[in-house]
Amino acid sequence: MRDKNKRVKFIIGCVLTGLVFIMMLSGIFYTPFDPMEMNPSTKLMGPTLSHIFGCDNFGRDIFSRVMVGVRETMLVAGLVVIIGTLVGTIVGTITGYYGGWLDEIIMRLNDAVLAFPSVLLALLIIGLLGGGRNTLILALGIAFVPSFARIVRGEVLRIRNLDFIQCVKLYGASDLRIIFVHILPNLKTVLLSSILIGFNNAVLAEAGMSYLGMGVQPPNPSLGRMLSEAQAYIFSNPLNAIFPGIVIVMMILGFSLMAGGLEK
Amino acid sequence: MSMLTVKDLCIKVHDRKTTDTLVYDVDLSMDKGDILGIVGESGSGKTMTALAIAGLLSRHDMEKSGQIIFEGINLLEVERKVLRKIQGNEITMVFQEPLNSFNPLKKVGWQVEEGLRVHTVMDKIEMKDRAIEALRDVELSNPEAVYNSYPHELSGGMRQRAMIAAAMIIQPKLIIADEPTTALDVTIQAEIVELLKRINKERGTAILFISHDLSLVNTLCENVLVMQNGLVVESGKCDSIFNNPKEDYTKKLISAIPKNPFYKG
Repeated sequence: MRDKNKRVKFIIGCVLTGLVFIMMLSGIFYTPFDPMEMNPSTKLMGPTLSHIFGCDNFGRDIFSRVMVGVRETMLVAGLVVIIGTLVGTIVGTITGYYGGWLDEIIMRLNDAVLAFPSVLLALLIIGLLGGGRNTLILALGIAFVPSFARIVRGEVLRIRNLDFIQCVKLYGASDLRIIFVHILPNLKTVLLSSILIGFNNAVLAEAGMSYLGMGVQPPNPSLGRMLSEAQAYIFSNPLNAIFPGIVIVMMILGFSLMAGGLEK
Repeated sequence: MSMLTVKDLCIKVHDRKTTDTLVYDVDLSMDKGDILGIVGESGSGKTMTALAIAGLLSRHDMEKSGQIIFEGINLLEVERKVLRKIQGNEITMVFQEPLNSFNPLKKVGWQVEEGLRVHTVMDKIEMKDRAIEALRDVELSNPEAVYNSYPHELSGGMRQRAMIAAAMIIQPKLIIADEPTTALDVTIQAEIVELLKRINKERGTAILFISHDLSLVNTLCENVLVMQNGLVVESGKCDSIFNNPKEDYTKKLISAIPKNPFYKG
């Protein structure tokens, strides 16, 4: 019964993310309208057959902008998760494997970074380095490192003390060989679901930062930006905000259902 | 001079402010082809002694003193590089829990080869031949199938045999068997002990056999070391200790061996 539930969850998640992915991928090659082109005659128009999501306050086609915006959001979120996973795995493996005072120092630093809300930390870094997409990726990436480091460290600590590692150690394998050949492959399952959850958080963080005007710069579309631009017309034209919002929800729901389905 | 000499081995753990001594002044010596048994209850320091000999106690909060001399080299003082050469080439170990002693993600054959991969340069085909030969040597009935299976697909006894194969593939001079039979049922226990005995006879490999099962030690070992609370209580020839124990603790241990009412011998 539980297995079946999980499979259903996983399938729904795949369908939702699949839809978003199809939208994103086709957006690379084809959009119904130019997402940047302003057209006064279609200003704040509701959904029609040609503009299925309607048009925004500059008369730009929202569907085309969503297709391109999803790509921006995915790109930022993906890179953030990659930075977080890579650095987090390196830090977590070193601290977990070697232990000792190095572990203490790095993990206390980690706690300090973790104590800040990640959005606040990202704001701080953006404040220091200036806005823009690349800074946003860096800032969110740094904010995402500690949680990954902690997960990886816990796993490495557990695996390190299993007999088979002792065994390989006794065969005379070097530390590097033990880490790369014997420990890291065992992290796969744990990392996979935390990557999916981390991706969700990154999508949300990107949308939030862009909403605040820190991320992708205008006129480029991103889902968060579109929300903040639609905010001024929320009462007259609520659909302008609702469509990008639905896409964000689809993406996050899809990924968390997938992560839930993958969990043991 | 004997192959392995342990002199005054002390192992201490610094836990915060207090120091805990786990092993006091253990002395033992083994020659080529010897089988030495260490018996004692849980927490008596058997495994600690074994791990120290294997060079696996390198935690920063542990302090080891005394000497562990293996073929003229003091393992406690030697550089890590040299130690690594001795480990696996000369000393290997078989652990208690056969489920944990294999990496769950890798095929058994690959793991049996690991010792070769670390120590020698060898092409894949030769390595596979050696591994299959080693698996056949531990009396696994279908070595090719075992070679290509994952650890969870094997039974506990098969896994322990594969483990012994992995330990034997580099033809070490000393095998440390840390309660290798504890997780197995009685019939398999006897088979594993027979296997170790045969390996010892054919290859002249010395075996340090750690167990809390005195009857097993009695069938396998020539010399015995009885430990309690980190101290060596009594040591000597197996026969004399079993027939004529001097210390109270040894007597108690021997009287604790379950008697089989159906066994006539």
